[in-house]
Amino acid sequence: MTTPLRIGFIPLADAAALIVAVDKGFAAAEGLDVTLVREVSWSNVRDKLNIGMFDAAHLLAPVAIASSLGLGHVKVPIVAPFNLGINGNAITVSPALHAAIMSEIEGDPFDPMATALALSRVVATRRKNGAEPLTFGMTFPFSTHNYQLRFWMAAGGVDPDEDVRLVVLPPPYMVDSLANGHVDAFCVGAPWNSVAVDLGVGHILHFVADILVRAVEKVLAVRQDWSEKNPQVLAALVRAHDRAADFIEQPQNRAEAARILGAPERIGIDAEVIRRTLDGRLKISPDGTIRESSRYLLVGREGAARPDPVQAAWLYAQMVRWGQTTISPEALKTAMAVFRPDLYDAALGREARAARAADAIGAFAGPAFDANDIAGHLAAFKIGHWKA
Amino acid sequence: MGAESSPKIVIVDESPIRAAILEEGLREAGFTGVTHISEMHNLLARIYSLDPDVILIDLENPSRDVLEQMFQVSRAVRRPIAMFVDQSDAASIQASVDAGVSAYIVDGLKKERIKPLLDLCISRFNAFSKLQGELDRAKSALEDRKVIDRAKGILMKLKGLTEEEAYVLLRSTAMREKKKIGEIAQSILTASEMLK
Repeated sequence: MTTPLRIGFIPLADAAALIVAVDKGFAAAEGLDVTLVREVSWSNVRDKLNIGMFDAAHLLAPVAIASSLGLGHVKVPIVAPFNLGINGNAITVSPALHAAIMSEIEGDPFDPMATALALSRVVATRRKNGAEPLTFGMTFPFSTHNYQLRFWMAAGGVDPDEDVRLVVLPPPYMVDSLANGHVDAFCVGAPWNSVAVDLGVGHILHFVADILVRAVEKVLAVRQDWSEKNPQVLAALVRAHDRAADFIEQPQNRAEAARILGAPERIGIDAEVIRRTLDGRLKISPDGTIRESSRYLLVGREGAARPDPVQAAWLYAQMVRWGQTTISPEALKTAMAVFRPDLYDAALGREARAARAADAIGAFAGPAFDANDIAGHLAAFKIGHWKA
Repeated sequence: MGAESSPKIVIVDESPIRAAILEEGLREAGFTGVTHISEMHNLLARIYSLDPDVILIDLENPSRDVLEQMFQVSRAVRRPIAMFVDQSDAASIQASVDAGVSAYIVDGLKKERIKPLLDLCISRFNAFSKLQGELDRAKSALEDRKVIDRAKGILMKLKGLTEEEAYVLLRSTAMREKKKIGEIAQSILTASEMLK
């Protein structure tokens, strides 16, 4: 007896656990007959999940929270029992902006405070010369890409709503837009940063792990009512994904995982480029400079797959900081309830882990994140557009 | 916008045929202010300058995510924008997603005016899908005929058959193997390619 499920995904490297769970038979071993449906936009994934055309979905973590809060769309409570990817984004800038930042930089070019301060000087010079504001591309209003860009530039004194333009661009249009000068930089997930570097039109300025030590980007999302009606199926789904994440994280499986993910009906790009992403070994400059990071794209290692409500609280705080919603204790509670470590633990039969470090976010600027005092936390940042 | 004047409608669709079908339907129904955008470059700026009351976008267009930004930058638009009419409209959302269209509707347009517009779009999108399906079938029939013609040629040459005999052989083989004639013809082409 197998349970048929339809799951929507966007062709990105952090759909890895979803794809491997199906294509390596881990889902079938749990009695699930999963059909993966490739989608072209986050709006489509969200809408099809919300109205029941999908049972589960690869979703931007902030979209799961926004949906539960009724922001930007109809209100549909979502639960996320499994993280699909941590730290897979990167910030890529055009060669011209890269040169401008490097000519202004004081200190380490991998230090986000140094680059953010350099960016603020570039912005000031452009304003003095009457140049157009710089334009930054990101993938969705409720996205970690949006918040990571904003967090970084604001730390250096650049107001993302006043000093530059932030625009939404579908990932497949990102590289073209950088090449033809419609944007000067973007923040996007793999493999698009690598594609820009390979084409010689961009430099990877930062892995987002430079900005936040640990930032969940995508989750496995289901409707709350569905999760309540189908607890066994959900647990089976979590187990299948846990096995898939374990498989992907084993170095000896990386070549096979990259091949599975690269298939035309899955992510549909060169397995070699996906391999670099899984290895955390990326070419960051058209001249061939390689940068390695053990913190790039965590799929399952270091407990990455287990949802952490503090991460949800941080994302909610960003929505408040940038004026997407107002601050309220009820909304914070709703946001935190989207991330469900209890469902993860129940599915895997594990005890909840011991308390982790005080700051689960690890941002390079500002005070350690405090989910119990979001207003106080946000007040410590000079730039922000929220009302108490 | 005067509540009773025709709302300004923007259609965002890269398919000129589908957009034309939709546009014609809307005009027939008395919606006069219809503009079609097929070029995705600088979409948001163009939409701001047109200042529509309703935006219709093909669901397979990745630029849907770009439109979502309009919710978020209310400082840049004169009015807030909401998708569909209200929270209770799950049925409308379902119907339109099924048909492959998404509608973004500016707040302030009365619900009773939106419903017929949305219904019309859904039926037009469905009509287009049907048309597209027929086109695809016609195209594959044409492809089949080309393959069958080439397979007949091979059989005529190899086995010294007339055209009609070659066709009869293809058809009887297809019937025996419970396959389509096109499939049998394709396997003949593949085999002859390999035996070259």
